[in-house]
Amino acid sequence: MSSLPRAIDLKLIGCQACGLVLDNQHQHRDARCPRCEARVYSRKPDSLARSWAYLIAATILYIPANLLPIMLTTKMYNTESSTIVSGVIELWQSGAWDLAVIVFTASVVVPILKIVLLTFLLLSAQLRSTWRQRERTRLYRVIEYIGHWSMLDVFVVALLITLVHFHKLALVQAGPGIIAFGAVVVLTMLASMSFDPRLIWDTKEPDQRPPQNG
Amino acid sequence: MHSRLNTSNLVICEYCDAVHARVLLRRKETAHCQHCGSELYRHPRLDIDMMMALTAASAIMFIIANCYPIVALDMQGLSNQATLWETILFTLDSNVGAIAVLAAASAFFFPLIQIILFSYVLIPLRAGRKPAAFAGAMHALRQLQPWSMVEVFMLGAVVSVVKLTAVADVAPQIGLWGFAVLTLLLTMLSSFDLHELWDQAAELEA
Repeated sequence: MSSLPRAIDLKLIGCQACGLVLDNQHQHRDARCPRCEARVYSRKPDSLARSWAYLIAATILYIPANLLPIMLTTKMYNTESSTIVSGVIELWQSGAWDLAVIVFTASVVVPILKIVLLTFLLLSAQLRSTWRQRERTRLYRVIEYIGHWSMLDVFVVALLITLVHFHKLALVQAGPGIIAFGAVVVLTMLASMSFDPRLIWDTKEPDQRPPQNG
Repeated sequence: MHSRLNTSNLVICEYCDAVHARVLLRRKETAHCQHCGSELYRHPRLDIDMMMALTAASAIMFIIANCYPIVALDMQGLSNQATLWETILFTLDSNVGAIAVLAAASAFFFPLIQIILFSYVLIPLRAGRKPAAFAGAMHALRQLQPWSMVEVFMLGAVVSVVKLTAVADVAPQIGLWGFAVLTLLLTMLSSFDLHELWDQAAELEA
C-alpha cells in the first residue's frame, strides 16, 4: 500500500475541537474554525517548548514528592510518617497485596513511566527520528490514557485525614509531600497534552515511513 | 459549504496527520488510521436519547453520591464518617489546602459541570434545535474530560477503606456505591465522540 497523503502536504487542517476538515484558506495565524470558532493550527503552537517546560518542572517536583512524607499517623501519642513508597510497603505487609499492586502502579510506576516516556518522545521528535513511529504514537496514546490515575494518592490522603482525627489517640495528618505529588500529576498531564503527536511523523524525509504490514 | 475542495467526507488522523476518506461503518465497527493505527472514529454507540438518559441518571447518582457519607469508621468507640464535600472542606482547613482545591475540582466541580453542560446541549438538540451557547458548552466539555476524575476518587475511597480496616471497623456507605455507579455512567457518557454531536448540530442548521 502506498503511504497516505498528510494533511500538512495537502494544506488541510483538521479542527481539533470539532473534527471539521478545513482547506488552505485557513492556514494563516489566528485562523478560526468556521463551524466551532476554535483556533485552528496544523501543529500545536510551541508544542515541544511547552511540553519540555512542564516535564522539567514535573521532574524536579518528583524529588520532594517522594522524599517528603505524605502522611503523619499518630497512634496513642506515637507519630510515624510515611512516604509514597512506604505507604505501599505498609499496604503490602498488612496483607492487601492486590491493592498494594494497584497503588504501586498508580503512584510509583505511572509517574516514573510518564516522565521517562515523555522525555523519550520529546527527544525523538526533536531529533526527527524515524525509528518505530507507529509504536511511539501508540506509546503517546497510552500516556494520554493513564495520566490521571496517579491522582489516587491525593484522594486517599484527603479521605484519611478527614476520617481519622481523634486527637492524640488516633490522628492522620497530611505531609507536604502530597502537594508536590499532586503538582507532579497535574504537570505531567499538562506536558502530555502540550505534546503534538503529529511531530513524531514530521521527519525530514516524508517518504521514509515504515512499511505497512497487513 | 465553506470550502472549494469537498472536505466533508475527509477525516484527518489527530495523531499522525494522515488524510483518509470517510467510510460508512456498521454497528460496533471502529475506523483506525492505516498510517499509525490510532482510532479515527466509530459507529456511534449512543444516540441522543441514550446520552440524555445517561446524563439524567448521572445527575441523580451525583446527588445520591454526594448527599450520603462514603465511609464510616469505628475505632474503639470513637466513630466518624465523611461525605465528599466534608472531605474537601476538612482538607481545605488542613495544612494541605491546595490538595482540597485539586480534589474539589476533579471529583466534584468538573463532573458536575460535565453533567450540566451535557444536559444543556442534549435537551435542545433532542428537540431539534441548537442551544445558544452550543460552541462554548462543547469546547468546555472537551477541555474538562481529562480533568474529571470520579473514577480515580472512587478507587481512592476503596484504598482508604482497606487501609483503615487494619486499625478500625470500617463500613462503606451509600455514598461509595453512589460513586461506583456514577463512575460507570460517566465512563459510558465520556466514551462518546463529541465530534459526532458537532456533526449532528451542523445537520440541524443545514
